[in-house]
Amino acid sequence: MTILVLGLVLGGTYALLALGLTIQYGIARIMNLAYGEMTLAAAFVLVFLFNQLGLPPLLSILFVAPAGYVTGWLLYTVMMRPLVARSGGGGKLELDSILATFGLLFVVQGLLLLFFGSNFTSISYLDRGVSVFGVTVALNRLIAFAVCIVAGGGLALALTRTRWGLIMRAVALTPGSAPLVGIDVTRVARQAFALGTALAAIGGTSVAMYQTFSATDGVVFTMKALVIVIMGGVGNVPGALAAGFALGLIETFVATVIDPGLTLAATFAIFLIVLLWRPEGLFGRRA
Amino acid sequence: MTGHSRRAFMHAAATCSLLALTLSGTAALADDHTVKIGYAIAKTGPNATGAGITTLPNYQLWVSKVNEAGGLAMPDGSKRMIEVVEYDDRSSNEDLVRAIERLATQDNVDIILPPWGTGANLAIAPLMDRFGYPQLAVTAVTDKAPEFAARWKRSFWMLGGGHDYAVGLADALTAARDAGTINGKIAMVSVADGFGIDLVNGARPAFADAGFEVVYDKSYPLGTSDFAAILNEAKDSGADSFVAFSYPPGSFGMTKTAQSISYNPKVFYIGVGGAFPIYAKIADGKQQGVMSIGGVNAESEAIQTYFQDHIDSAGAPPDSWASAITFASLQMLEQAVERVGLDHEQLAAELSTGTFDTIIGEVKLEDNQLRDLWWVGQWQDGAFKGVNPADKAGASSPIIPKPEW
Repeated sequence: MTILVLGLVLGGTYALLALGLTIQYGIARIMNLAYGEMTLAAAFVLVFLFNQLGLPPLLSILFVAPAGYVTGWLLYTVMMRPLVARSGGGGKLELDSILATFGLLFVVQGLLLLFFGSNFTSISYLDRGVSVFGVTVALNRLIAFAVCIVAGGGLALALTRTRWGLIMRAVALTPGSAPLVGIDVTRVARQAFALGTALAAIGGTSVAMYQTFSATDGVVFTMKALVIVIMGGVGNVPGALAAGFALGLIETFVATVIDPGLTLAATFAIFLIVLLWRPEGLFGRRA
Repeated sequence: MTGHSRRAFMHAAATCSLLALTLSGTAALADDHTVKIGYAIAKTGPNATGAGITTLPNYQLWVSKVNEAGGLAMPDGSKRMIEVVEYDDRSSNEDLVRAIERLATQDNVDIILPPWGTGANLAIAPLMDRFGYPQLAVTAVTDKAPEFAARWKRSFWMLGGGHDYAVGLADALTAARDAGTINGKIAMVSVADGFGIDLVNGARPAFADAGFEVVYDKSYPLGTSDFAAILNEAKDSGADSFVAFSYPPGSFGMTKTAQSISYNPKVFYIGVGGAFPIYAKIADGKQQGVMSIGGVNAESEAIQTYFQDHIDSAGAPPDSWASAITFASLQMLEQAVERVGLDHEQLAAELSTGTFDTIIGEVKLEDNQLRDLWWVGQWQDGAFKGVNPADKAGASSPIIPKPEW
């Protein structure tokens, strides 16, 4: 029971981190290496709002998420659009976007260091324990779990049940033929990128609530998110959710039953198996 | 094509920052009578956090203090202003080594200050030796310090080794057990990386020799952010003492988790980060009784003045482990220069044999190592105070059991 509860809660925080990346990569076709930095930027903004203005973190999510959307929208328009236009829809975009966002990573990290310094940052918010089926879980992690379920579930529903979702999926599946049926691919990709950034921002706000972080931690988040995205299948929201939960459960299981030293090894062993047997991801479609 | 433009961008960025730094250095002091002091340090990348807390603020504080007083005093009584040449090594040892080469051969600086971290200091030690610069390796924790000091004659090792800290902790715990305040069981976790491995390897025999039973002994990978499973196990282990040889993110994560699951061992010991000023905030003001590495003599007037100066200069108090030592090493350098000038050979000899008056008291190195250090400290009434060695001047007596969170 302990393993199940702790694992699910941990998995929820992982899945939340990966949601934005899977949308950015799956639909906008941009492999955003600066994803972790965007998460961190949101975390810093949340801490700033909390410390300077006394704004409760749960309330600031309402501001930070739209701000993330706008930032993503602008980033796509200014920085990614020329790359997309130049690539002509081929695999070149992936390479270019990796290089461009790699540069962006350093720019954002530099800005964060400049504005917020290199020190560890942390806030104490809802840091008390809550008993869930007899297992004590930190309340802030539980909130992150809930946010993940709401955001992830809502997104999965929107993608499968609405017309907007249908368009998104069309662009993700065949960006080449989507314009033939009157879909403005640029607009959709821009929306997807902005939405992904907004999700990164939401992920960042939940990270700020339960974890100590510093301006140079972004890569850690990008790596975790990347593993989950690839395991779950690129652009696949339910896949990312499932992969996130699976990772959380596996890590907790290994840490409790076998040895905490093997959590990383277990994660990457499973990652390797997925890559070998189902390179399209656990829930991906075969190409 | 893209590869080229990225390289060009990096180059341009590096040149720009260099230019900015040199400009700011030369604008103030343009005569050739300055003392050039150079260093390469992590201003970006994973090491930037440690360097930004422990090393860089002390360099800046020291340089501004010296320059405010008219400059660095020379043996002939004259004073020369300090001009700083600073490079960002981006937390990469390759960049660091290149920067040190540049400082030595192109910038021709008079003195090179060390980078932050054990690995970085080891990486440049052969190079510093080749160019003949004295190396005051402050933020390097290594059990091999005696070996290194013998191999590189002008290197100085000032933060002890993992074994020292582990034995110090075993000492402090033994005293508490013999007094009947804690039982003989210890739950111990360590991060599977250089520092954690060093300390846990020192701690296992030290605890065994002291007659402790380590009932939970696990390591976790670097980058672990969730400690709920580990702390639940430790809580159920029946040990009165919880010991974690951790890096700052782990130290902080475990503190928060321990608070949220109401884990109240009688001894709560964490690794790096426990002595950071931010810790009080992480523990939500409930840091009383938490033990960690390092410590300061909080009663000392020199230390109190130093803390205030640091707050005025950097906007935050220093950490209570290596910060004061870093500043003391710069004071040693200052006094050595005043006695023998800038000749590297004489400077190294003076550092090795001289006695210096610093904020951590009178310092005299033994075999090029600083041995008079705090091994264990504890948060008491808002300050992180040294508690072991118990017979060191200014030692506080430990609070065991730790009050509940």
